[in-house]
Amino acid sequence: MKNPWWKIFTIALLLYVIIGGFLIETPKLPILHETIRNLYFHVPMWFGMIIIFTVGLVYSIKYLSNPTQENDSVAVEAVNVGILFGFLGLITGMQWAQFTWGEWWSGDPKQNASAISLLIYLAYLVLRNSMDEDQKRARISAVYNIFAYAAMIPLLFVLPRLTDSLHPGSGGNPGFNVYDLDGGMRLVFYPAVIGWTLLGIWIMELRIRLRNLNFKYLYRN
Amino acid sequence: MKKSGVLVCSILFFAMNVFAEESENLFRSSGKIYVVVSVLVTIFLGIVIYLMVLDKRIGKLEKKEEEQENN
Repeated sequence: MKNPWWKIFTIALLLYVIIGGFLIETPKLPILHETIRNLYFHVPMWFGMIIIFTVGLVYSIKYLSNPTQENDSVAVEAVNVGILFGFLGLITGMQWAQFTWGEWWSGDPKQNASAISLLIYLAYLVLRNSMDEDQKRARISAVYNIFAYAAMIPLLFVLPRLTDSLHPGSGGNPGFNVYDLDGGMRLVFYPAVIGWTLLGIWIMELRIRLRNLNFKYLYRN
Repeated sequence: MKKSGVLVCSILFFAMNVFAEESENLFRSSGKIYVVVSVLVTIFLGIVIYLMVLDKRIGKLEKKEEEQENN
């Protein structure tokens, strides 16, 4: 393994999250009951997605000032892994919604907005694959990636708060404390966010290395 | 030497028995939630091992690539 220490740290954190997430006491709330534990698994998917998309944004900007194939690789693979996390977040959210809100898809503003932002990011991949020339492809998709990020932020963080939403922290009530997080839950939730995000970064690192190798191989022959 | 080996073995065997009995109780306790925990831990470790193998293979390819570049 390359850079093994943070990977071992990731594994340890997530083992703790899985074990602690099931066994540590949680507040007894109506409707939610034990599903409150989804906070350790569903919510970190979105945190991870946003952090990984942010990495992609940074590298897209980097690419525009310093156009190297490596910068482009990081940007693409960040989008790829971000989309994976986004879809996992969407699917787990639907499962959770069915049994607490009563519907798989209730047209909740945050559900709609996150689906739209995933579509915007999927369009990034379509756009990339529609171009053959490497530099042109990298430059145009870097610009598009910046737009995609700029569209995602209001979709996820601003618009859902302007209307009523079933999600906590919405309906003009932003902030973190509305999660009814007690001390015990924070003890698992924060490591969960860090752990799942690092797992995504691990997958991303592998994909970047593979992409760079592929590129080198193509250009030598 | 032999004697201590037998001693260690018998202690290990005894400890395993105790552990097995304890975990037997643990895994059959009220809601059997520990069964779910162990299943998830297994799945997670499976995925992690998968990633580690991928990591190693990519590392090997990178080494080969470097050697090719130097030639």
